[in-house]
Amino acid sequence: MQVTMTVNGTEVTREVEPRLLLVHFLRDHLGLTGTHWGCDTSNCGTCVVWMDGEPVKSCTVLAAMASGHEVRTVEGLAHEDGTLDPIQQGFMRCHGLQCGFCTPGMMMTTRALLDRDPHPSESDIREAISGQICRCTGYATIVRSVRWAAEHPDGAVPAAEEEPAAAEPATEPAATEAAQPVPTGSAS
Amino acid sequence: MQVPGPFEYDRATSVDQAIGLLERRGETARLIAGGHSLLPMMKLRLADVEYLIDINDLHDELGYVLVESDRVRLGALTRHRELLESDELAAVLPIFRDAERVIADPVVRNRGTIGGSLCQADPSEDLSAVCSCLDAECVIRGSTGQRVVPMAEFHRGPYETAVGDGEMLVEVRVPRHPDSSSAFEKVERRAGDWAVVSAAAVVTMAGGVIADARVGFAAVGPHTVVIPAVSELLRGEAPGEQLYERAGAAAAEHCDPTTDMRGTAAYKRHLVQELTRRTLRRAVQRISDGGS
Repeated sequence: MQVTMTVNGTEVTREVEPRLLLVHFLRDHLGLTGTHWGCDTSNCGTCVVWMDGEPVKSCTVLAAMASGHEVRTVEGLAHEDGTLDPIQQGFMRCHGLQCGFCTPGMMMTTRALLDRDPHPSESDIREAISGQICRCTGYATIVRSVRWAAEHPDGAVPAAEEEPAAAEPATEPAATEAAQPVPTGSAS
Repeated sequence: MQVPGPFEYDRATSVDQAIGLLERRGETARLIAGGHSLLPMMKLRLADVEYLIDINDLHDELGYVLVESDRVRLGALTRHRELLESDELAAVLPIFRDAERVIADPVVRNRGTIGGSLCQADPSEDLSAVCSCLDAECVIRGSTGQRVVPMAEFHRGPYETAVGDGEMLVEVRVPRHPDSSSAFEKVERRAGDWAVVSAAAVVTMAGGVIADARVGFAAVGPHTVVIPAVSELLRGEAPGEQLYERAGAAAAEHCDPTTDMRGTAAYKRHLVQELTRRTLRRAVQRISDGGS
């Protein structure tokens, strides 16, 4: 049968078997391997994508059922200009990942959470990801990452303002040069 | 990789059309709504379906919560999340919000439906315990019209319901009683798991005593059960801890749990006793708090 859906803003049409699951459609037919596939029984949540703006477990949705709908995967999370979504930035900054296997699903779920509730409590965040398993058990940093994203709805401030240490030579060559002549001993 | 066996797929555009498709294909056909019970079973080859009819497009027709003066009508395609988030439903039947908080997880609740839960007829399914306890009625439609089946007759056994070939569950009706309230409690091994035991209680008060009460359980028998002995024990009595204790003991005595990977039969009887106390206590408390 033929399925047509919009995936990350692009309409795709493919000939598939009715029994093909959405997760395999995304990975095997579209090459979008950011959507992971873990337990196969709707428990682990690594396969979470959005269907019409809501997180769903794509191992328990047929590609046929998604036909005519809008699907968004982790590949479609960053902005069009390549700027990472605040959720992605949060996961980077707060070490919201260890092995990274659950990360795409976690990011899709928590982005949806922030879209609905920009100021979730810690228990709201834990509830939102309760259907997803981090086998590294790094939940504390995942929660912290989501909180960071909630506190920075527009993403990171320019690096120079926030973290001088990380904003060195390339962005502020003048400041670096000015600092160099000062003898180390007299600085303290 | 687990994939379902081959099947044909169709999408229904109306309830009548879905019933027409079901009728034509008889017992080889199944409806799929959320799919979170059926698809895993198909992947594990526990269910063999030749013809799958997707009814998700019928949400406009079958996804609703209608609170009426003497009853609440729930469309079969109402999703768990909609039941959880309905303030109107929580105000009159708080048991639904209690239960939906612990049914699966938020992502699964985005897809799963009440009709799917009841029709799956899993002995551990929480909404079946809720609807049994509430003495709900199931509206089943076929090509020749509709019939109304009480929950007590809806489940014929594990994974078996009163819905025949060529029929579909379209609505669940829950009666409302004045001076009545309800509560639900579940013990699970981890978030989103099936119940080790879950308990539902509905209490109606009159003149300071319990006029009627029902407790129902999931996961302690071949299907969700309401225990009449507990209702008999409670009727006409003034509520209180000693009464809840006796009700819990009676429930534990009359249920039929088995030892499995979720716990021993003795542990489940203990949970039945404790959850009976907690749900009765909370339902009565809700009545005295003035909520329904």
